[in-house]
This record gives sequence, structure tokens and C-alpha cells, in this order.
Amino acid sequence: MRLTTSGSARNIGDAIIGRLTTQDLPRDLRRDHVRLVPKGGPLPGEVAGYRAVLSHNDFPTDAPVIDRLRESDHFRDGDVVVLEGANGFVRSLYRPYEQHHSLFVTERCSSNCLMCSQPPKDKDDVEMLTRRNQELIRLMSPAPEYLTITGGEPTLLGDHLFGLIEQLRTSLPDTELHMLTNGRTFAWPDYTRQFAAVGHPNICLGIPLYSDNAGDHDYIVQAVGAFDQTVAGLHQAARNGIRTEIRVVLHALTIPRLTRLVEYIYRNLSFVEHVALMGLEYIGYTPRNIDALWLDPFDYQQELEKAVEYLAMRNMTVSIYNHQLCVMKPSLWPFARKSISDWKNLYLPECERCSALEDCGGLFKWAVKKHSAHIHTL
Amino acid sequence: MARSFYPLEKFAPHPQHVSLLPFQFTRLNGEELLVNEAGEFLFAPDGTVRALAEGRVGATSELYKDLKAKHILYDDTSSPLLDVLATKIRTKCDHINGGTKLHIFVVTLRCEHSCHYCQVSRQTATKGEFDMSHETADRAISLMFDSPSPHVTLELQGGEPLLAFDMIQYIIARAKEQAAIRDKGLSIVVTTNLACATDEMLGYLRDEQVKVSTSLDGPAFLHNTNRPRPGNDSYERAIDGIERARAIVGYNNVAALMTTTSASLDHVEAIIDEYVRRDFHAIFLRPISPYGFAIKTKGRTGYEMERFLEFYKQGLAHILNINRSGYRLAEVYSQILLQKILTPNGTGYVDLQSPAGEAWNVLVYNYNGDVFASDESRMLAEMQDWTFRLGNVHKDSRRSLFTSEAALSMFEASCNQSLAGCSDCAFQSYCGADPIYHHATQGDMYGHRPTSGFCTRNMAVIKHLFSFIREDDPETMGIFWSWLTNSPLPAKRAVCA
Repeated sequence: MRLTTSGSARNIGDAIIGRLTTQDLPRDLRRDHVRLVPKGGPLPGEVAGYRAVLSHNDFPTDAPVIDRLRESDHFRDGDVVVLEGANGFVRSLYRPYEQHHSLFVTERCSSNCLMCSQPPKDKDDVEMLTRRNQELIRLMSPAPEYLTITGGEPTLLGDHLFGLIEQLRTSLPDTELHMLTNGRTFAWPDYTRQFAAVGHPNICLGIPLYSDNAGDHDYIVQAVGAFDQTVAGLHQAARNGIRTEIRVVLHALTIPRLTRLVEYIYRNLSFVEHVALMGLEYIGYTPRNIDALWLDPFDYQQELEKAVEYLAMRNMTVSIYNHQLCVMKPSLWPFARKSISDWKNLYLPECERCSALEDCGGLFKWAVKKHSAHIHTL
Repeated sequence: MARSFYPLEKFAPHPQHVSLLPFQFTRLNGEELLVNEAGEFLFAPDGTVRALAEGRVGATSELYKDLKAKHILYDDTSSPLLDVLATKIRTKCDHINGGTKLHIFVVTLRCEHSCHYCQVSRQTATKGEFDMSHETADRAISLMFDSPSPHVTLELQGGEPLLAFDMIQYIIARAKEQAAIRDKGLSIVVTTNLACATDEMLGYLRDEQVKVSTSLDGPAFLHNTNRPRPGNDSYERAIDGIERARAIVGYNNVAALMTTTSASLDHVEAIIDEYVRRDFHAIFLRPISPYGFAIKTKGRTGYEMERFLEFYKQGLAHILNINRSGYRLAEVYSQILLQKILTPNGTGYVDLQSPAGEAWNVLVYNYNGDVFASDESRMLAEMQDWTFRLGNVHKDSRRSLFTSEAALSMFEASCNQSLAGCSDCAFQSYCGADPIYHHATQGDMYGHRPTSGFCTRNMAVIKHLFSFIREDDPETMGIFWSWLTNSPLPAKRAVCA
């Protein structure tokens, strides 16, 4: 599923966000909308009052417009898109009919994980993205059931993050929030108290922990002191009533001590409400570090089973993400979740005739380049 | 600007200083078992502690990582995360929080049974002499709610409390009234042999949401030997009472406890099978308490702790087999210890706590108003030993009870961290101090560990449980965890076709 296209931009300025419509709306309802003129669609009489026009073909106008789009079939009425003036990019930010929604808040990060799927960039995008996200939240309709706040490292937004969560609390009160963070900032008690004081009733932090000891964790996230801060951050969060989840990416550096890690989680962090054990994504930094990271999931099933059983036996909620059923022991199937967002999801040719296809999470689309050698039809 | 990656060596610890955190250790079956202050343990090769003390454990070894992750050592390359350790210890000791939770009311000493091991009962029909009065009950209820605990459990026992049923009704009504006024939670249990329980009484207990705890010592021949009463029908009445109580009060509101006498020692499997036959899912293999009449009649009921331990081990093996066959049956003492060993949490079980649970977690109000630090202290008093009488409801407040000479001298001996023989014991964090037991059996609240039945029992049981933990058989551990999490037994593993 496509998320980005481009065309020729005029009169846009920096960027314009709006909700797509292919209908000729009455004037007073146009304010939040971008008028989309699809391929072969009739031309609208006039476009005054819309935020902008998006057109598959040439669309001469003095209004803000991106026309001559490379693709437009993926747009639907109700999608929220951003039109970027500088390069003519049109990015889909919110598509109500999908299950997974995210709010991308910054590309900056305080860690530099060897297997990061979204490598950080050292430019200050906070003000720009915050403004964009404030408007996006305003336009999210109907409200999503779940929304993931992600980056980069969201806590690097400082007070802007509190502002966004506050806005979500008031304008999308029934939306359950999940925030992916390295948890390090939460080691500061004052910060965590402030975060808790925003008072969002339904937010959970997804925090990665890759080892039971500082040396290995810090190497994987490429940041000295990260382990201490993340563990302290998890405790501060719990102390302030903030819900947490731990995420472990499975690869050659985490598998050897995986049973020790889950033991550490149970004895030191038993308050976390969920532990997610996740397959490696072959994107971002991973291809660069693949020699250090790669372990065929087929070859770590024993360790995975031991870790899952360890947690499940202790009544801790544990899930397996990003794994294909055919590579997993059937005893682990009940823990496997279809965790891959719709637009990133892919199945291989051998999956088409598979009897377990319905229940299988499939692969990341970038896994075509690197995946378990043991994928087969069931 | 592209970021670069750094090799593992940049992050691996090269400590200048390695420091030890408090831990204990012992040798077990050719290995060393190290236990930290929060009860986390590590099996390590023989010689590990010496290597650790001499600074010979390499900082990049897997063993070093284990020791660091288990809060046994820390170094100057990362935070010792002492806050996290403190939280773990606090979680383990949560039972100390909140004040006394269990309050035992001895409603009457009268009983129609004449059990050999009973410490206290009186066979008398005369009402009044050994019954609690309204005034005493009122004062005791008031003291119970003076405990800072937001939720208290009221246990009504005797004697046979149902012989003073009007008093039970009075106490329950008054306690509920006071709980409402003081905004406290209240659970109520009645400990009865059920021999005299009428359907009307059971209906009342149901209406008042009172749970029933009763005695079942094993099959008829054993139960009736241990628990004589006129007509020699204690067993028949207990079984009939259990079935009626389940039907009327609620199936899961009836629990049974057994006591091991010398007559029981050869019949552990029969006792356990009786519990299964009666559809109980927990059994507590309990040694006889060395108090009261049990000491006087030692020839008839008593035995050496070693003999009890054989009984326990044989029993636990039988219980595990029953669980393997698909019937869930927990052994309560093992469950309590396993919770202390395997989970981050402590337990509310009074006899295995440090500081000892007496007074802090349980108070006993005798029929005449005397307040004791535990049920066992009351039994000693019945033998004219008043060491653990903290005071009397008619003249004392919670403050004066807890600052009485009796309480203070007991508290001195109630932390196993500072008892000779316990202070360096690897099992310290799983065990407790029991000043009353040691006073009763050794004439000294501090006690002498090498000859202590308490120590003999707990050392043996804990080592026995550790042998299962070390063996790590998935089926056995699955059974233990089903007890600890109150979950169904794990499904049988599929056998490959």
C-alpha cells in the first residue's frame, strides 16, 4: 500500500495539511479539505475555500495545488494528507479505514541502535513536525481506536510532547495511545512526574530492553549509560502509574542471553504489562550491520520457546511479533500476533497456498531481501 | 552527517573497582547457590564465591554478567541501580506494611472433641465460664480496627466456636457495624470442626459471607484416632459438615487443614488421597505444634522433626504424581516457600517472616480479654507460661500492647538477619524468625539453630525445593507455577507421533 507520491506544486508555501474529498462540498464545509481530482474525474466548477487542490492531471489554478501526480489511485475520501511545497511530495498521514495509525513526531534520537528500522537524523525537525501533528490530530476523524506515537525518540520533543498528548487527551479522548520510546528520559524523576501529570487515561510506553546487563544493551543501542537510564526510567514510570511494555528485538546479539533477560524482566520489572519479542526488520540500519545481527529465526526457536514459556508460566503477558507461523513451533503459535502494519505487510509466493495464511502475520515487505530460509507452505 | 557504529569493546565494562552487594551462599550438590538480599538466586560453579572475593571473575565473562544482573556485585562502569534493588526488597517485605491484618477471636474454650494434640479446649457444658463476654468482644473489635490496616480478617475460633453461636452472631454484627463506621474492609472466617453445625448456622454464615475452615486429618481410622469425641464419629460429622457447608455456604468457601500426629506418619498417601476424594485442591502437610497439650502428650502425638521430613517428602512426591495425572492439588507449605524463592513477592504467612509476623501480622484475643502475639502464645499461656501475653483488651490500647515488655523482648529476637546461625544463612530471605517457637522448645527466644526443629525443617524443605528448581523439569515446574499463579495445570505436552 502506497503512502507517498509526488507531483508539481504551486502556491503551497511550506506545507498544507487537509482531509481529502472528491465531492463538491458546500462552501462553508470546505475549510478543512483538500479537493482531490482523480484520474478521469470531472473537473470541479470552482475550488475557492478548499485548503488546496490535488489533481491527477494538469489543473491550472491560482489556488494552492499539486497536480500531475504520479499516482492517485491510493487516495480515498477522508484521508488526511500533507502537501509539501518544496518538492511536491504528497504524504498520507491518516487513513481512517486502516487498523494501525501513527503519529511521527521527530527523526532525532538519543540512541543509535544497530538494527534501527528508522535511522535517526541529526536535524531539528521538532517545531515543524509538531505544528504538522497538531493539525493532523485536529483532522483525525473518525477517531482511531489506537494511535502509536513514534519517531525517533518522542521525549526529545520536550514540552511539545506534553502539548501533543494533552491535545490527544482532549480531542481524541477514546483513542488508546502507545508511545515507542527508549525510556531513557524517564530516568529523570521530574520529567516522569510531568509526563504523568498530563493525565492521559490510556497511554502505554513501549520501551526496548535488549539485555540483562549494561555492556551488551549499550552496545546494541550504541549509547553508554542507556541500560541504566532505561531500567531506571521503567521504574520511574511505574512509580508514577504510567503503564509500560518491554520490546525485545531478537537477533544474534540478544538471543544468547534471552532467558537471562526475561528472568531479569520478571524479577526487576514485573510491573510491565506486556513483553513483545520481535523479529528483526531488514531495513534501516539492519542491512549495514547484518553480519553481526543475522540469525535465522528457525535457529533460535528453542531459546524463543524457553523465554515465552518462562514468562507465560509466570502469568506475564507475552507476544511474538514479526514471525511467520511456518518457522515457529506450533506451541508458540498462540503467542504470535499479526503485528505488521497493513502498508508494510507482504506474503511470499509460497504463502499463497498455505493453510495457515489467515492466522499468519506474514512478512515485512522489505523481508523479500532477507528472511528465514525455512519459510514453507503449511 | 551519517552516524557511525562503535564496537562492543567500547561498551563492555573494564571496571577499576568491583564491589560486592550483600549476599549469602551455600554449597548444594556440588555447586554454589548464591542468594541476594531480595531472594534472587544463582547456581554457580563450586569456587565462584572465592573467585569473587579474590577479584578473579573476569568482567567480560558470562558469570560476571550473571552476578551483576542478580545484584550480587556492581562496578564503576554503570549504575548499581540500588533503587531497583531497594524496590525489590521493599516488595518482598510488603507484609510489614499496614499493620496487623489477622485478628483471631477465641469465642469460647468449650469443645465436644478431646483431641490429643489440642492445646486449649475444655470439655464442659457450662456456658459462660469459658465464653467471651459482650464487653470483651466490643473492646477486642475496637482494638482490631485500631490497626492501621485498611482491611482486616476476623477469624472466629475456639474451642469450638459454634458452641457459642449467639456470641458469633453478636461479634459479626458488631464488627460489620464498626467496619462501616471506620471505613475498613473486613473478611470473616470461622474455624470449626463442623460436628455441631446445623443448616441454620450454615445459612447464617452464607448470608454474612463468612468462610469456613475445618479440620480433616485423613481417612476415618486416622481422623477418628486423632480427634476423639463422644460416639467416635468425628470423621463422619466432618465429612457430612463439609458437604453441607459446601452446598449452603458455597463450594469454594470451605477449606480444610490437617495436623500430623505420630499416628499419621505412616499414612501420608492415604491422607492426601482423602483430600483428593473430598475434592480439595490444597493440602497443608503441617507438623504438630510443640505447644500446649501437644508437649504434655508427646509420647502419644510427638515425633522427631526428621521423621516429619520423611513424611513431607514422601507426601510431596505423591502430590506431584497426582498433579501429573491431571488433578490440581497444591501443598501449601511448599507453595509458600516457592513463592518466596521464585517470585518477586513475599507472602502473608506469619510463621515465615522476618521481622516475625507475631503481633505485626496477627493478634489473638482470648475469651477473657487477654491479648496474645499469636495463637501459639495463647497455647503457652494455657500451660501457665505468660511470656507472650501483650496485655488485656480491658486495660490496653494498641500502643500499650505494642510497647509492652512482652512485645519488646519478642521483637528483639524477631529478625533473622541478626540471629546467630541465620545471619549468614543462604536461605535467610526465604525463612523467618520464630521467637515463640524457640522459647517454647528451647527456653530461649533467640534459639539455637543446630538443635532447632524450626531450622531443621526449613533447611530441609528449602533444600528439597531447590533440588526440583535445579533439576528444572518442565512438568514439575509447570505444576509449581500453576500453584503460584492459581492457574490450571499446564496442558500435557504433545508426544511426537
